[in-house]
Amino acid sequence: MSSSIQNPGPSKIPCYGIWCVFALTIMLLPFFFTSRFSISLFSQIGISCVFALSYNMLLGQGGMLSFGHAVFMGLGGFIAVHALNLISENTLPVPLELLPLIGGLGGAFFGSIFGYLCCRREGTPFALITLGIVELFASGALMFPSFFGGEEGVSGNRMIKNTLTGFDFGSEIEVYFLIGSWTFLCVLCMYLQTQTPLGRLANAVRDNPIRASFIGYNPSHVRFLQFVLSGFFAGTAGGLFIIRYEIIAYDALGLVPSGNVLFMTYIGGVGHFMGPILGAILISILQLVLIHYTEAWQLYFGLLFMAMVLWAPGGLSWLLIVHQPVWKAGLMSKLLPSYLQALATGLIFFLGLIIFIEINYHLSLSIEPGAPLELFGLVMDGHSVVPWSTAISCLILGLWLFRHSVKMVAAQWDAVMVIITKKTLER
Amino acid sequence: MLEFVTFSLLNSLVYGMLLFLLSSGLTLIFSMMGVLNFAHASFYMIGAYVAYQVSTWVGFWPALLIAPGIVGIIGALVERYGLRKVHQYGQLAELLFTFGLAFIIEELVIMIWGRVGVDYKIPSSLEFTLFDLFDTSFPAYKAFMLVISVSIFLVLYYVLVRTRVGLIIQAALSHPEMVGALGHDVPKMFMLVFGGGSALAGVAGVIGGNALITEPAMAAQLGTIVFVVIVVGGMGSLTGALVASLLISFLQTFAIGFDYSLYDLVNAMDTWPFLSEAAGPWNDLLHVKVAQTGPVLPYLLLVLVLVVRPKGLMGVRET
Amino acid sequence: MKIKKWIICWSTIIFMAAGTIQPAAAETIKIGLIEPFSGPVGNAGNAFAQHIQDQVNRINAAGGVLGGQLLEVVRFDNKVSPKESLIQLSNAIDQGVHYIGQGVGSHVAGALIDAIKKHNQRNPGQEVVFFNYAAITPAFTEEKCDFWHFRFDAHVDMRMAAITDAIMVRKDIKKVYLIGQNYSFGKAVRDAARKMLKEKRPDIEIAGDELHPIAKIKDFSPYVSKIKQSGADIVITGNWGSDLSLLVRAAKDAGLGTEFFTFYASSLGAPTAIGEAGYDKVKAVSEWHNNLGVEENKPEEIQFQQEYEKKYGTKAPFLYGRMRTLVQMFAKALNQAGENNPKKVAFALEGMEHETPYGKVMMQAADHQLLQPLYVYTFTKVGTKGVKFGIEGTQIGFTTDKKIEATSTRTPSSCQMKRPQA
Repeated sequence: MSSSIQNPGPSKIPCYGIWCVFALTIMLLPFFFTSRFSISLFSQIGISCVFALSYNMLLGQGGMLSFGHAVFMGLGGFIAVHALNLISENTLPVPLELLPLIGGLGGAFFGSIFGYLCCRREGTPFALITLGIVELFASGALMFPSFFGGEEGVSGNRMIKNTLTGFDFGSEIEVYFLIGSWTFLCVLCMYLQTQTPLGRLANAVRDNPIRASFIGYNPSHVRFLQFVLSGFFAGTAGGLFIIRYEIIAYDALGLVPSGNVLFMTYIGGVGHFMGPILGAILISILQLVLIHYTEAWQLYFGLLFMAMVLWAPGGLSWLLIVHQPVWKAGLMSKLLPSYLQALATGLIFFLGLIIFIEINYHLSLSIEPGAPLELFGLVMDGHSVVPWSTAISCLILGLWLFRHSVKMVAAQWDAVMVIITKKTLER
Repeated sequence: MLEFVTFSLLNSLVYGMLLFLLSSGLTLIFSMMGVLNFAHASFYMIGAYVAYQVSTWVGFWPALLIAPGIVGIIGALVERYGLRKVHQYGQLAELLFTFGLAFIIEELVIMIWGRVGVDYKIPSSLEFTLFDLFDTSFPAYKAFMLVISVSIFLVLYYVLVRTRVGLIIQAALSHPEMVGALGHDVPKMFMLVFGGGSALAGVAGVIGGNALITEPAMAAQLGTIVFVVIVVGGMGSLTGALVASLLISFLQTFAIGFDYSLYDLVNAMDTWPFLSEAAGPWNDLLHVKVAQTGPVLPYLLLVLVLVVRPKGLMGVRET
Repeated sequence: MKIKKWIICWSTIIFMAAGTIQPAAAETIKIGLIEPFSGPVGNAGNAFAQHIQDQVNRINAAGGVLGGQLLEVVRFDNKVSPKESLIQLSNAIDQGVHYIGQGVGSHVAGALIDAIKKHNQRNPGQEVVFFNYAAITPAFTEEKCDFWHFRFDAHVDMRMAAITDAIMVRKDIKKVYLIGQNYSFGKAVRDAARKMLKEKRPDIEIAGDELHPIAKIKDFSPYVSKIKQSGADIVITGNWGSDLSLLVRAAKDAGLGTEFFTFYASSLGAPTAIGEAGYDKVKAVSEWHNNLGVEENKPEEIQFQQEYEKKYGTKAPFLYGRMRTLVQMFAKALNQAGENNPKKVAFALEGMEHETPYGKVMMQAADHQLLQPLYVYTFTKVGTKGVKFGIEGTQIGFTTDKKIEATSTRTPSSCQMKRPQA
């Protein structure tokens, strides 16, 4: 895995371009997609981006696998919502726009407490301690109703008078722009952090803690600092969560959201700064959009995840990175035909799989088992032979063809690599 | 009081041994292959569901043998065609593979058997009261669970200590590379251990599924407690797993007997300065009764062991 | 740097894909259900959806509402998370849904009540009405009551009043043990039980009062030992899910003979999980059970039930009482309002009275809580005591212990309803 990790190079001038594009994208998106759902989705993606990037500060940069990252986002959120309630009672003079900062400080505070416990260990023991912590919170939160608000959670109202900008944040679009600005700021800060000595040291501790300590840095100390910073950004995400949803309950602290951020980060790719952003975007969309089309979304989700682990262990960003030299050498055209073929045959297999899963779900779980199943605009009857035989023949045929075309992709890939190596040698 | 102690001892023994059955396979898998297998509890669930299905066709007794066999085969296949391929990408990928697997298994179970639990019954030949003590009764099925799990522990212990395969596995627990260098087929052994470990979880499913509830959430509910067992027990130690399972079970059971809170304690000390009636997290903490801390205790133990003694109680090396 | 452009390009494509979900043309009147429909908790959401769908089909078959408009059920999966529920709420509003139904999880219901209140304040003219059919925290129709929220299920205090009414006449009960899950609902049940027992039967002793961790206990035998030691005659519990079935089973294993007065022993999956351990011991309280038709001699009800089981299978869930009331009252309110206008529908529902086969029900205007007859009933083996139907394909049926008329279920409410201008 470590071989696929690309150390971010020193920042270059063209990087400004991408930040401008990033800012412009955030600003312009709601003008293209105006529906309420899209705006909610974008706000959610922004929060997820901050959260996933803060997670990658641990996993990607520091090599620390944590099962309990949602604890910091959750605690940051709880502190932010209590702060929000204090603000609306006029006991705390903080404008709404700075609420995420309070969440962040809360996250950092708890990060320093638990970081002290965890960071002396690395690898699996570290992971297991975080697992213990998340389970402690998940089972213990209901015992402290005055802070966690019991089952109903704690709610607040973001429409308070004390604001910097003068907006009342009643409409979703105003909230989106606030979240968008914070997302931009946090992403920028986290990127800059990778360029600092601490960020580099975290990489060193990840790759070889013994050597890091030989050159005079205490690995647990580096891990601890990284952990606290990561807790800060997770807490900030918690503060943003409060601004968007105005409520937080005990379920935000559990293993499920912690696992979710692990999914996002891994699928996006831990090896590149962009990876978690890609993952956050993809997973948020999948989780919110897929559920409209199928009840079996968890199954598809699990299958996608397994497929990623099996065939693209470096995540989406890794897929992009390995194609970078090919793209630069202008050889994508050599690869594309085999890719298209693999895509087409893969789709046949996938179609068979979808029909198979959907029929099964429909027959055993549908709330209207008597009604026929509608799929891609076609009406199917689960009790007749036709859809079953279609599904199975698609599966077999698709698999056979797909394996064949995968071999072709591999052959083409090798050929392209040979050309690239030759070119490099010629130089 | 005597009644409470006796029956709590008996019951926590039964539950502790069930926990041991579940975690014994995991501790072997974890210490040998280094895989934190999140899907282990899913094999327990498959065991319960397969046993339910088989028992509706041919009865409970054949199911007791068939279901663990099927689970073991599934486990071996997962290792051979999944984990082995992922192994080259490192521990994180392996762990995430099992994470995803747990997801898929749960959905497949829902797809096949539905979202509501199934009516997996205790066999009627075992549905009687074994003995009455004071005036509480002890059901025969619990005794049966105890017999099965104890005998499996004995057999497992014998296999690991006395047989050639067992000795090689033991060697591989602490020095897998060395065993490979000596010419043993380590991948095949991995497959064997993974299949065997899953089958053990399957047995736990068969005998636990009807005593508890067979439903799609059963794997997730059990969740991470098995990790507590293997960490507290120590890497690669079967006896450690046994001791840890019983310890956790006793802790959880006997905590229920204590109806006291910190509040009662400080109240007894009368003039303690922190006593206040104001609502707040501090006051919540004071009023938590020992009896309510049952589910938190194992995880406190987990964190404590990892921070203080990462070897675990009886481990041979650090986690 | 081409690669980064590529990334941007690619993510834009995804955004576009996300934007393609456009609201469909609003020809039908949509009821949006925001519930868990997938995963291990999906059973409850799907059960509610099935009942509402069945009732909606009946209304549509009879010609729909407002002279021919059809009703439609749209499902939004919230994974029992308040956060996801709020996202799905905005999704539902996008799709032209003005009537939301939800019931699983008080934390979700609380979040929805709050969010819908804020939405209606912030977006006049696009109001949304919330039908709550299972979240029974009393506060939702008391201090947290809201004009846009209507509850069709009896809340904790009403159910406990029914249970204590049934206990009141049982002079053989001297000692009661309270056990519940350690969270707000469990505590609400305990407090209500303590208060009402004190009022109705001051001679009853509370032999024990236990809150245990929710959904974590596998072995209930230590609790059963405690109950046994306390010498209690009956146990009152608000437990649901595995916490209820494991408790009852552990009691049977240990030979504990007490009766269990429960809230949820007849809910989805519970009879299967409790099994024969419940015969003649386990009692539940709700507005309906599947032998009512036989007991009150309603042949058309029995026929309906047989049709239902034929269509959906004997294992189909059966929560039919309040779901039918909900859909029928909703249709009635639409017809009374004369147009598909959420605000008018809400005003029409206020104070509405409705005739069901088991008596008159009414939606109180003061707090938007439905009053309906409640029944306390006992698990009974099919074939004994006139029990004809088993539930969930088992041999478990129910016999009524006590019926509480709708008007007697009213509890005092502290609700200060703020109404919008009509």
